[in-house]
Amino acid sequence: MNTAEPLLQVRDVRVVLGGRTAVQDTCLTVRGGELLGLLGPNGAGKTTVLRAVLGLVPLAGGDVLIGGLPAGRARHLVGYVPQRHEFAWDFPVDVSGAVLSGRTRSIGWLRRAGAADRAAAEEALERVGLAELRRRPVGELSGGQRQRVLVARALASDPGLLLLDEPFTGVDVPTQELLNDLFGRLAAEGKGLLMTTHDLAAAARTCTRVALLNRTVVAEGGPGLLADPAQMLRAFGLDTAIGVTA
Amino acid sequence: MTVVEFLTDPWHLPFMRRAFAVAVITGLVCGVVGVYVVLRGMAFIGEAVSHSAFPGVALAYAVQGNLLLGGALAGLTTSLLIALVSQNRRLKEDTVIGVFFSCAFGLGIVLVSTQDSWSTDLSSFLFGQVLAVGPEDVWTAAAAGAVLVAVVLLLSKELVAVSLDRETARAAGLPVLRLDLVLYTVVTATIVLSLEAVGNVLVLSLLITPAAAARMLTERLWATTLLASAFGGAGALAGLYVSYAYDLAAGGSIVSVLTALFVLTWCLAPRHGLLTRARRHRRRGPREPYAPPGPGPGPGPTKGTALSG
Repeated sequence: MNTAEPLLQVRDVRVVLGGRTAVQDTCLTVRGGELLGLLGPNGAGKTTVLRAVLGLVPLAGGDVLIGGLPAGRARHLVGYVPQRHEFAWDFPVDVSGAVLSGRTRSIGWLRRAGAADRAAAEEALERVGLAELRRRPVGELSGGQRQRVLVARALASDPGLLLLDEPFTGVDVPTQELLNDLFGRLAAEGKGLLMTTHDLAAAARTCTRVALLNRTVVAEGGPGLLADPAQMLRAFGLDTAIGVTA
Repeated sequence: MTVVEFLTDPWHLPFMRRAFAVAVITGLVCGVVGVYVVLRGMAFIGEAVSHSAFPGVALAYAVQGNLLLGGALAGLTTSLLIALVSQNRRLKEDTVIGVFFSCAFGLGIVLVSTQDSWSTDLSSFLFGQVLAVGPEDVWTAAAAGAVLVAVVLLLSKELVAVSLDRETARAAGLPVLRLDLVLYTVVTATIVLSLEAVGNVLVLSLLITPAAAARMLTERLWATTLLASAFGGAGALAGLYVSYAYDLAAGGSIVSVLTALFVLTWCLAPRHGLLTRARRHRRRGPREPYAPPGPGPGPGPTKGTALSG
């Protein structure tokens, strides 16, 4: 067990959206070297937990610490990979420009990207295997390539903690394998990763730990927790909510 | 009349020189700002802002104040209200825009109805008065235009990050709302700046059409911006020539030239134009079961030999 300061601590978080409690009493911890999978059916609050960590929705209770700091003061430590539809793929920007936009905040106001910024973006591109396509307009990429652009954009600012929203949804098998491999190496470098997914097989393959979410954390443990997903999910009434193919 | 005479003749008239200056400055600035309006899908808010300047102008006219200043204040108030009210995600932005801009225009009509008669001042606001601008207007337009372009270029990195992905930009700590307000303010100021050239009713064309034409031709933001600006400036210049040569309304002529430019690019753009798509479709032929969509560079626009293949 890694005893260093956790990269992410979600403590008793409660989020109310439109008068309805979306998640409550939610506690999660991610340490360096860990890839925590957040699993649950649609509407379980997976994305809401990520948005709460990112400060995109107000907390009705609890708090979030990133690297021991209040989340609001630790934005620079976090890389975010949203779902693909959040990104304007029709914008006239090429792959390297899109990745460089991940460093907008660290470059600072009224400044242009410098050599260090370009090098970081280039390294991120190489990590996701898109260096060859750096000059291609983002609108001409496939779904898997787009997912890799979003991962590279998050990596460009060299964050300690990476939050991934459904990174495996709708991507081809080679991209899945590449990302799987990349996430493993990032964790081995000491980064912490928190990933939402409803793909049990992907989670079992990739994650070092999983948490099952249904408005709150219902169960947490190693990927072995998913060894019998049908039983696992039946235990909290989700077996009809997602297709279980164990 | 020779071509040289046609080109130089209007420049002998001081009012035409000023008109050229104001129209071209307006076209250049509108091109730069319009790129964001087009890429962010803000055409409707451009329309809203231009129309919502109306009550301000009517009020300024009633109290005999500065018409442009009145228009700017009213347009700015409306666009800031739209930006704030549409932060509530329950309402889509176009809904909020619809509420506020029709309200503003209605208010303008009510104000006008309190006046005894329409004046040339009001109609010049609606349709432009580029042939009547004074020397000081040229300098005002140049200074304001330079400021607007500078703001857009200095903030382009942040504006791009927000345009690409608002949520991630906000998560990274960028002040998304404040950047929106800056962009809305710039759009409003650009519209007010353009009122003299083409007037309230046609201003959207100057803002949208050059940027739309440029978007057909390129996949790079800087190239889109340069092209849009060049189209805006060239269109304004050519439109004024047409207006002078055939004695037509200046604003309407500028808009017609710009629209012709857009139609040309829409048909002839090398990669995304109508001709290329038709050619690609024909070459693929009905019998071939599959042809890759080919994200690589498309066929050159002038290679006619591929037509029969």
